[in-house]
Amino acid sequence: MAKASRLAFGEALARLGGEHPEVVVLDADLSKSTMTDLFARKYPERFFDLGIAEGNMVGVAAGMALAGKVPFCCSFACFVAGRFEQIRMSVGYNRANVRIVGTHAGIGIGEDGYSQMATEDIACMRSIPNMAVVQPADAVETERAVEYLVRHRGPVFLRLTRQKLEDVNPPDYRFEFGRGVILKEGGDVTLLATGGVVWEALKAAEALAARGFAARVVNIHTIKPLDEDVILDSLRRTRGIVTVEDHGIHGGMGSAVAEAAAQAGAGFVRRIGVRDFAESGDPAGLYRKYGLSAEHIVAEAEKLLR
Amino acid sequence: MDIPRLKAIARELRVDVIRMLAEAGSGHPGGSLSAADIVTVLFFHKMRHRPAEPDWPDRDRFVLSKGHCVPILYAALAKTGYFPSEELLTLRKLNSRLQGHPDRVRFPYVEAATGSLGQGLSLALGMALALRLDKRPSRVYCMISDGESESGQVWEAALAAPKFKTDNLTVFLDYNKVQLSGHVKNIMDLDPLPEKWRAFRWHVLEIDGHDMAAIGDALREAEATTGRPTVIVAHTVKGKGVSFMEDKWEWHGKAPNREEAERAVQELLAHPV
Ligand SMILES: Cc1ncc(C[n+]2csc(CCOP(=O)(O)OP(=O)(O)O)c2C)c(N)n1
Repeated sequence: MAKASRLAFGEALARLGGEHPEVVVLDADLSKSTMTDLFARKYPERFFDLGIAEGNMVGVAAGMALAGKVPFCCSFACFVAGRFEQIRMSVGYNRANVRIVGTHAGIGIGEDGYSQMATEDIACMRSIPNMAVVQPADAVETERAVEYLVRHRGPVFLRLTRQKLEDVNPPDYRFEFGRGVILKEGGDVTLLATGGVVWEALKAAEALAARGFAARVVNIHTIKPLDEDVILDSLRRTRGIVTVEDHGIHGGMGSAVAEAAAQAGAGFVRRIGVRDFAESGDPAGLYRKYGLSAEHIVAEAEKLLR
Repeated sequence: MDIPRLKAIARELRVDVIRMLAEAGSGHPGGSLSAADIVTVLFFHKMRHRPAEPDWPDRDRFVLSKGHCVPILYAALAKTGYFPSEELLTLRKLNSRLQGHPDRVRFPYVEAATGSLGQGLSLALGMALALRLDKRPSRVYCMISDGESESGQVWEAALAAPKFKTDNLTVFLDYNKVQLSGHVKNIMDLDPLPEKWRAFRWHVLEIDGHDMAAIGDALREAEATTGRPTVIVAHTVKGKGVSFMEDKWEWHGKAPNREEAERAVQELLAHPV
């Protein structure tokens, strides 16, 4: 059933809080939106609202991690990943075991407009040497990812959506950190997607099938460390890769894939991402206007198939 | 409190700082020297820590938010026995553990990497909160500086700590009145500084940061204070102990050459403790 990844995250965190006393949650006056209020109500002594002061929140989370806690440091992705310098220094350099959690990622949030839309966050976070970057595509993947991240060691950026996500994984899904998930096999072209737009990629694959092309669809839930095997394998088996993400065109998953492909001297990569400051509007309309919808994916794929 | 002993130690630490910087050919003498007496009282009188067991969970923590002054911290850590004093002369050299600013992975005897000013108090607050959750007796000490207090994040942390009533957190503000390129009052006047902290609902003490007894008394009072954190506004002199460096912004971030270092050491050693 369609569910926002922020809600699946909030529910998972509240469920895991009991068996993991080391988990603490930090908030910057957005717990009703990031869904950490579900945790706050159950474990008020381990919930810390730092007010609208995200730089301090990041530092406090790092300090808690250095004293043995597993902090989830949560806000909208633009506001928390926007505290880049605090994250590189207090979290990254300290190897602090912090989960930076950014909800409301991408232009898919819709009506609030650019100021609340994270479209540079993946680029920033993945540039920090030891920062892992995880973006689940649906509710079950989010739940399994959060279960994993409670135990993971090292800093992580977890990127979540405001909007509901359609299910792309089966109910018995198992999350494997750092491994791409092949959702559909096909030998003509590969669609590599991350986050909510994995669904768009699946729709695009159907449209391509109607035109006689078999698309392989891979869900890249872990953007860093990147599953280079599935990328190189896709480049070998198909005519090329189209990457799809609700993030800026610079520095995101598509850039990471292009880097890996270029490094290996293998194949063609075409990137789909946001190319401008986006704007207010309904999410579907925004995806059409900014080129993230299934028809754009089909059009990019056809450039490789011509 | 054995004040003559502490004064002798502070003098040795200052000498170490001068020698380290002269050997490194770069670094920050002014703020290292202004902090020397406070660091001495913390490490040689007040803090509960075990050089033989550096990760003892119940230890008190010291976060040097003004990370550029790490030479004084390295000198104190060597003298308490965390690592050999000879290593001090590797400061800032390739492959040394003694980075120009603290790195807790290369050199785990510092509690946190700092060096981007404005961030250390947030780290210290996080530690204080986590240690209290675990019901540990540890206290967290954080040293910030005056120029650093121009940063917004310092005040975000200052606003947050009283909300959480972290009475296990004590801040030293090394108020040496000088920053990198001039006097603080000309760059961004902080006055009235103690009043600002009072308005942020901290327990505020104001002392002479070179008076060992006053530092000791303030620390006792901080420890006895419940329900809120304490900030000790310590009036200090940048470059303290080396007359040609005192109150000079020019000595904020410049190492003495060999001749200057020799003069500085002679002066420090000639000074009665
Ligand atoms: C965020 C940040 N901006 C700039 C610097 C460069 N910097 C290093 S020391 C310094 C001046 C610090 O003066 P103050 O905080 O008063 O320290 P102290 O006098 O104790 O040395 C500056 C600007 C820095 N380390 N961090």
